[in-house]
Amino acid sequence: MTDCAVELRGVSKLFGDVLAVDAVDLGIDDGEFFSLLGPSGCGKTTTLRMIAGFEFPTTGSIQIHGQEMALQPPNQRPVNTVFQSYALFPHMTIEENVGFGLAMKKVPKHEAEHRVDRALDMVQLSHRKGTTPNKLSGGQQQRVALARALVNEPEVLLLDEPLGALDLKLRQQMQIELKELQERVGITFVYVTHDQEEALTMSDRIGVMSEGRLLQVGASAEIYERPRSRFVADFIGDINLIPARVLGSGEVELAGALKVAAASVEGDSVGHSLALRPEQLHLVAKEDETPTGSNTMTGTVVHRVYYGDSYAYDVDTPAGPISVRQENRPGLALHDPGEHVIVWWSPAASSLVVD
Amino acid sequence: MTTRTVDRALAANTWLVYAFFYLPILVLVVFSFNGGNRVGIWSGFSTRWYGEVLQNAEVLDAVKNSLIVAGISTVVSTALGTAAALAINRYRFRGRGALDGMLYLPIIIPDVTMAVMMLLFFARAFALIDIVGPRIQLGLGSIALSHIAFNISFVAVVVRARLGQLDGSLEEAARDLYATGWQAFRRVTLPLIMPGVLGGALLALTLSLDDVVVTAFVSGPGSTTLPVYVFGLVRRGVSPAINAISALMLVASISLVALSLFFQRGGGRARAKPLETADAIE
Amino acid sequence: MATATTTEAPQVEIGGLETAATAADRRRGALIALPAGIYLVLFFVLPFLIVIVYSFATRSATGATRLADWNLRAYEKLVDSLVVEIVWRSFWIATATTLICLVMAYPFAYYIATRRPAVRNALLVLVMIPFWSNFLVRTYAWRFILGTDGPIGTITEALGLEPVRLLFTPAAIMIGLVYGFLPFMVLPLYAAIERLDWGLVEAARDLYADGFTAFRKVTLPLTKSGIIAGSLLVFVPSFGAYVTPAILGGSKDLLLGSYIVTQFQQARNWPFGSALSIVIMLIMLAALMIRSRAAAEDV
Repeated sequence: MTDCAVELRGVSKLFGDVLAVDAVDLGIDDGEFFSLLGPSGCGKTTTLRMIAGFEFPTTGSIQIHGQEMALQPPNQRPVNTVFQSYALFPHMTIEENVGFGLAMKKVPKHEAEHRVDRALDMVQLSHRKGTTPNKLSGGQQQRVALARALVNEPEVLLLDEPLGALDLKLRQQMQIELKELQERVGITFVYVTHDQEEALTMSDRIGVMSEGRLLQVGASAEIYERPRSRFVADFIGDINLIPARVLGSGEVELAGALKVAAASVEGDSVGHSLALRPEQLHLVAKEDETPTGSNTMTGTVVHRVYYGDSYAYDVDTPAGPISVRQENRPGLALHDPGEHVIVWWSPAASSLVVD
Repeated sequence: MTTRTVDRALAANTWLVYAFFYLPILVLVVFSFNGGNRVGIWSGFSTRWYGEVLQNAEVLDAVKNSLIVAGISTVVSTALGTAAALAINRYRFRGRGALDGMLYLPIIIPDVTMAVMMLLFFARAFALIDIVGPRIQLGLGSIALSHIAFNISFVAVVVRARLGQLDGSLEEAARDLYATGWQAFRRVTLPLIMPGVLGGALLALTLSLDDVVVTAFVSGPGSTTLPVYVFGLVRRGVSPAINAISALMLVASISLVALSLFFQRGGGRARAKPLETADAIE
Repeated sequence: MATATTTEAPQVEIGGLETAATAADRRRGALIALPAGIYLVLFFVLPFLIVIVYSFATRSATGATRLADWNLRAYEKLVDSLVVEIVWRSFWIATATTLICLVMAYPFAYYIATRRPAVRNALLVLVMIPFWSNFLVRTYAWRFILGTDGPIGTITEALGLEPVRLLFTPAAIMIGLVYGFLPFMVLPLYAAIERLDWGLVEAARDLYADGFTAFRKVTLPLTKSGIIAGSLLVFVPSFGAYVTPAILGGSKDLLLGSYIVTQFQQARNWPFGSALSIVIMLIMLAALMIRSRAAAEDV
């Protein structure tokens, strides 16, 4: 697959008797912004470090643009890393930091100077090139780390939770900047994060990891709307997971012997949950207000919370507690705690996930 | 007890301890300017003892020997100690634990024991070498070799403390940016641990210049160092000349402290610089 | 394009591809450590062992040592009441010195550690100066002060008072030892206290502990590593001290250090001197074990 920038096949990493990464198969396309998403300890950073060369896989193959790299030391790989702590050399100026990789590769001084200037321009820090890192703010240091990596024109750029140390506003701003940068430069980005919102907004595709295993890979929309496992469904955003039994021919049975139509039904009849995003559920007061062909359920409102841009309801139903989100619009009918309501959703809106 | 009272008690204790530290030294220095012959009785201010001491051939010879030995032992022990610190800090290898233990013992060993060890060692070594040829005797060489033996540990301890403060990802970043292992060490690690290396070197220098018993046991005729010479004098009694020599040695020590502070200033760390030696000892 | 499959139970061979690479890493580490390691084995461990060998040797009538006729005579002499007395005296003087240093140093280090950084630095420099000053000079200072020919002596004489015998007593030795080794107690204590998470002390106060209880139950236990490190650094050298007793204790062989030196000079009994040295070496090894145990407990 020549348009694969990074390909991992059967990659595992054992630390003592802890299996940090478990038989990961992954292909990352050229020029895409790919995120590895998962909770702490899921193996995403270890996987990134194996691509970078700071760890060697216990088994498996790692190819970068078709070249086998699994056992190559990091200084012989055409990839560069932006570290979580930035790792800027405190005893060198910004200019020397950014030019370090070029100096190591013995790029002629004239050309190196030119490239460093361009890189600093790109992150808008040319005016600080003579200072040392300790005099810069966190956000500025982060941009220097970026410039230092990109100036080498790597085939793949690896980023290890680079925005973790920044405050919210700055982080959001940097997310947009990074995305734009990547589109402009066209280099493949492999981005590690535990923040699912960050992954959803920035990535072309996301790989969700948990306990060393790669659970699902797909575009943001696919991950969000079609989660294929309980973990993925639960990790990203809010979700309702209703235990379900597959009856075949597009029908499932929920707790309370409720039969509903459901799309994407596969094989086995046990161990499933019906996954529904709260915003895909609707509340109405009476049965006749529901559209034809939709699934319905009776319920009692337990709680209502106001979020400014929306309302969230906790509703008790025969199938269990459900959470519903309604966008705040003028003229929206509100329902009070204790009220009997009808919950409805479109069959196409649900997913079936394996527990 | 309010915290104010406790704080004031602590402060008082602190100043008492400082007084305890400095008064004896100050008394010593003051009486080195005593013009009279009987050291305890003040008979006018004079610098004559300094003059006598600085022209004394034996003293100058001892100083020369001290500097030669200290110079050699500092250079060698700094190189070996730094290497040992790097190895233990960065790599896992068989024998790492053993090396760690071996590095700790010279720090706590009483000098008498070290002296006995080295004396017996050289006795055996010379007997062995005797068989194949040259007759070697105790001298500056044996002193230097002994000093190196305990100085390696002290250098290693100070450098390790410095390494411990270093951000591990800096070396990884250098490797990521195409540096070989050696380049990463030379361009990133070494400059950043240099204050520690120099601190260790100064400590080694001080300990070498300080040493009495080990040197006394493994020196031969003509290889007396300054502390051994002074020790011999002291055993015979006090004299203003000794006060003068002592004052000069104190000046030398203080200069070394100033020097070490100057070196530790360059390091990009916000923590208290003298703390490094404190960290190192623990 | 992208597949996200996972195999069944992990079937990873232990020590797969990476062993080759990490083995090279190990070798490099061993190589870098080698010079120091060899030097120490040759010039420290070997001498250590030679001393042990000598303790079984024979002392000839002239005082020379014969490395033959291996025997335990040196060890038999160890249990002599005189020797036991010397060892015991050295032990309690070392213990007393350590305790005095601890009591003096802890509040001292605590005070410095709780000042503002700028003040702290200055105070630390003031500790550094005595620490780096020549040990001999510092001990001589007390010889000078305490002696009858020194300032105290001449003052009391001038005042017509009885000459106070301060010098050449166990008390003088202890003053000298405390003076010499106090910095070795201060520094590790300071390091440990400075590292303390003061939030824990505040939590204790929040939970109704008064200042002293908070100190006793939180600060003290958490600085234990510093206490142990400092104590080892003071006790072991004090136990085998020679220079200080020689200068401040006179030529009597009150302590183990002096007694050992005598064996290698006037008495010329190297095997016995070696056996005595082994007593000290055992204390050293005990200290090493204590330190390992303490380090293992420390997280």
